[in-house]
Amino acid sequence: MDAVVSNFDLYWQGFRMTLVLTLISAVAALVLGTLLAACRVSPVVSLRWFGATYVELVRNVPLTILFFFFIFVAPQIGIRTPSFFVSACVALSVYTAAFVCEAVRSGINSVGVGQAEAARSIGLTFTQTLQLIVLPQAFRTVVPPLINIFIALTKNTSVAGGFAVTELFAIGRRLANANPADVIPVLVGIGVCYLILTIPSGILANWVERKVAFAR
Amino acid sequence: MRTTRFAAAAAVAASAALVLAACGDDDGGATAEPEDVDAADFEEGTTMAELAEAGSITIGTKFDQPLFGLRGPSGDPEGFDVEIGKIIAAKLGIAEDDIEWVETQSANREPYIQDGRVDIVVATYTINDDRKEVVDFAGPYYEAGQMIMVRADEEEIEGPDDLAGKSVCSVEGSTPAENIRTNYPDANLELFGAYSDCLEPLRQGQVDALTTDNVILAGYVSESPDDFKLVGEQFTEEPYGIGLQKDDDAFRDWINDVLEESYDDGSWEAAWEATAGEVLDTPEPPAVDRY
Repeated sequence: MDAVVSNFDLYWQGFRMTLVLTLISAVAALVLGTLLAACRVSPVVSLRWFGATYVELVRNVPLTILFFFFIFVAPQIGIRTPSFFVSACVALSVYTAAFVCEAVRSGINSVGVGQAEAARSIGLTFTQTLQLIVLPQAFRTVVPPLINIFIALTKNTSVAGGFAVTELFAIGRRLANANPADVIPVLVGIGVCYLILTIPSGILANWVERKVAFAR
Repeated sequence: MRTTRFAAAAAVAASAALVLAACGDDDGGATAEPEDVDAADFEEGTTMAELAEAGSITIGTKFDQPLFGLRGPSGDPEGFDVEIGKIIAAKLGIAEDDIEWVETQSANREPYIQDGRVDIVVATYTINDDRKEVVDFAGPYYEAGQMIMVRADEEEIEGPDDLAGKSVCSVEGSTPAENIRTNYPDANLELFGAYSDCLEPLRQGQVDALTTDNVILAGYVSESPDDFKLVGEQFTEEPYGIGLQKDDDAFRDWINDVLEESYDDGSWEAAWEATAGEVLDTPEPPAVDRY
């Protein structure tokens, strides 16, 4: 137990890094995923094809492989980022975006087709229809699955711990090795830190869900 | 160009692995044949008697450490640690085939010993005081030391003091990383999950140096001598010991006896020459520390 208390600063450092990784990747994945979803429902065939290929390719590959690609392979073909942290954010965002895309797309499909037809009949373009009519309704329905995806993302950030990003999981390994007698308390402490992040997300999700609920 | 070089490096690594695997196959002479021992030869109730009676032993070692414990395509780990494990097993009358190898990584060695999942751990396991509080160590059977590996064309780094402001790759939770953090705080540590993960970033210039025990680095240099080199001297002492259950003094004394015997009858040297000796000079065996 001492190992947990006396290393509180290290836990805090790891906790912040996990939080930052999660937030940056969540925002980037939300933007990228929404764009991809727009591609998948767009009238342009090549965009639909691009969106579908992206999703099928990325969501069916283990996250660790994506990390290997962005950290070890990409630099060899000339794609470099300023730091391993940036590479980790890219890998996490690219991966999570595929799931966000599918959630948003299912939300878009849940909006009655009459809405899009009405929008088109008053002369809105495809982008306007999506932006002003369909997406605002779609996002309300996809809050629960999105929060689900972001909780998964929070836990997925632990993969970055193996790739030169000192987040909670990396701190856990460091402390476990430095305190051979307290391995279990150290790891339980790490687990609790993840819960501190994920359980409030779930509560937040419920709250948001109630706020945006609407009768259809 | 880069791709070709990588392919070449991969080919070199693959062929090195094949060479290592090949020596594993034909170095049968280096390994002691199991002795004809009877469980009754050991005092009743001791760990030795139990293991000899059972006719099998579970040994924890690393599976990713070239020259010491590396699991090749054959499925069995090979290296100096593995040979030491075989010497000990042989003295208990246990044949090579009856040894069960379990992968122990840096983080799980103590728990595996404590809850009895392994009987002993021979896994580039540095003896230190923190660890002595939870497990006991026989040995040391080898004394390694931390060194620095850089790209072959690197000219600025010549020792640990030159690491200030440079990015240094190592493994999270490892003793070498802790040493850099404490004694050379101006170096920027980049910590991966395995030492082999540092190789590509080092080759690509994403990090400037890789630091860990000399024996591990020697394995990498031998695999790609055109890309990497070692610089400076060893700047720490890492005595490798054999981990076992705490307070099993009889077993520990017995393993120490076995090690001393292997120093005298040449089996320690033979084990070294068949494995790590491919790349490194044969050192004097360190004095066993009966603390």
